[in-house]
Amino acid sequence: MKLITAVIKPHRWEDVREALETFGVTGMTVSEVSGYGRQKGHTEVYRGAEYDIALVPKIRIEIVVDDADAEDIVGIIVKTAQTGRIGDGKVWTSPVEGVVRVRTGEQDAAAL
Amino acid sequence: MDGYYTWMLISSCLVLMMTTPGLALFYGGMSRSKSVLNMMMMSFSALGVVGIVYALWGWSMTYSSVPWAAADAENPGWEAAKLFASPFDQFGLSDTLPANYVFVAFQLTFAVITAALISGAVADRVKFSSWLVFLPVWVTLSYFPLAHQVWGGGFLSNVEGGLSALTFGVTDGLASVAPIDYAGGTVVHINAGVAGLVLALLIGVRRGFGREPMKPHNLTLTMIGAGLLWFGWFGFNAGSIVFTSTEESEMIAQFTTETGLVWLNTTLATCAAMLGWLLVEKLRDGKGTSLGAASGVVAGLVAITPACGALSPLGSMALGAVAGGLCALAVGLKYRFGYDDSLDVVGVHLVGGLVGTIGIGFLSTTTGLLYGEGLRQLVVQVLVALYAMAWSGVATLVIGLAIKLTIGWRIDHEDEVEGIDFTEHGESAYDLTGGGGARRTGSVLAGAGLPTRPPGQPQAEGEPAGETPEQPSDKPTEKQGASA
Repeated sequence: MKLITAVIKPHRWEDVREALETFGVTGMTVSEVSGYGRQKGHTEVYRGAEYDIALVPKIRIEIVVDDADAEDIVGIIVKTAQTGRIGDGKVWTSPVEGVVRVRTGEQDAAAL
Repeated sequence: MDGYYTWMLISSCLVLMMTTPGLALFYGGMSRSKSVLNMMMMSFSALGVVGIVYALWGWSMTYSSVPWAAADAENPGWEAAKLFASPFDQFGLSDTLPANYVFVAFQLTFAVITAALISGAVADRVKFSSWLVFLPVWVTLSYFPLAHQVWGGGFLSNVEGGLSALTFGVTDGLASVAPIDYAGGTVVHINAGVAGLVLALLIGVRRGFGREPMKPHNLTLTMIGAGLLWFGWFGFNAGSIVFTSTEESEMIAQFTTETGLVWLNTTLATCAAMLGWLLVEKLRDGKGTSLGAASGVVAGLVAITPACGALSPLGSMALGAVAGGLCALAVGLKYRFGYDDSLDVVGVHLVGGLVGTIGIGFLSTTTGLLYGEGLRQLVVQVLVALYAMAWSGVATLVIGLAIKLTIGWRIDHEDEVEGIDFTEHGESAYDLTGGGGARRTGSVLAGAGLPTRPPGQPQAEGEPAGETPEQPSDKPTEKQGASA
């Protein structure tokens, strides 16, 4: 099993979710996060005073998936979240040792 | 003139709304999330303190009628010099004519908002107790005297022996050139603006000023506040009519034409000021901002305040555009000179007040320079503005220094970093975590619903049944209801 973590632009989330559902992903964990990458935040001006705002709001998606589906799902996220402009985000995968469904106690693949 | 009294009651309510919640929201949104409650409390407490003080001696100091002509050996010197009226004459509204109560109400709200305006210059760093001490002393030494001098027949009005009369002489017992301040350019805005500047200099900058981000935490609050201020300002300006006749038909005629003009001028100047501010931003920063629009609105309202009865609608637009543009540039001065006028009381109220007060000298349809009426009105307006600045500056400096040297102004630096809302008020404005792990500890209310003795325990001997206040639960008390 793999944990897929994606940090994307907030306004792309609805499209990503739709594409993932179409593919068959049944659930995910989503959080509002902030951070910066190579674009180094942005500037805002208040009454003429300029501020460098380092942290830009992002959406983080976490999904635990079967090894076989991982590559496809990463591909879907990248394709749907892409705008081609700076700040589109990142997607990465990491190995997962075990999963338990809290309600039933089912384990691993059965718990996905 | 029943309609007039109705309008004055409505106007008083409108101006009250300008402070709470209008100004509180306007300032609160611009402050940081850790200090928004303190910012709003400075406006609310201004209403609490100045409201009381105005009824006790404010009205008397401003409008107690000791006319200049009657000044003689029996009258104290301050009255003879037309600086302020007796604080004792109508103390607590004791001898105030009931017919004047509505005017006390209206003027009370002006004193409140003027004091509250100052708070924007000293955001995030002033002890709440020091602010509560400052309020009554400042209105007594700066606001009431200036209000008396401008509106109560004092030194800045058109009376014989006043500033204008001494400059350009007297015609028929009144100054040849009457100073114009319709609704408070000098008394309210120049006064509060100078006080803000003096306090910002005396109290010093916020910790991290110019280095750390101090951007507004909620501009939607600020936009709501600016909208409420605009709405309330119709009471402020259109309620400030002074009748030139006591003949009812003439009063009605004046009321009908003048209030309409004042409403229009107030709105048109404000529209133009908003656009002026946005234009400066677009040219300088590349984008027109919502904070710029809200600020432009207030700058326009400030500038038109003294001028709304003297200008044409076109003149008001010109005045507003200049005020919006100039104030947009003026708010940057604090960074150049290094004083922390946190929410730009100086840049908006002092500069806007000066634009309006002096602009009358150019744009007054009856006496203005641009209408070919010469320089005299302009000179009078400049003199009045300079005098008001000096008065407010000295009064605020004396009070500010006295507080600085005794109880002190600033909260601890650590408290400032942690946030003044928590350290001065023990509260936080926003709960975004559903309680954040908060648990209720013992409080008066928490214990109020509990029986005062364990159930079933027999009553103490000699204690009459059903009459002790501690008697449990047959008759639920208010507190029990509240905690249930």
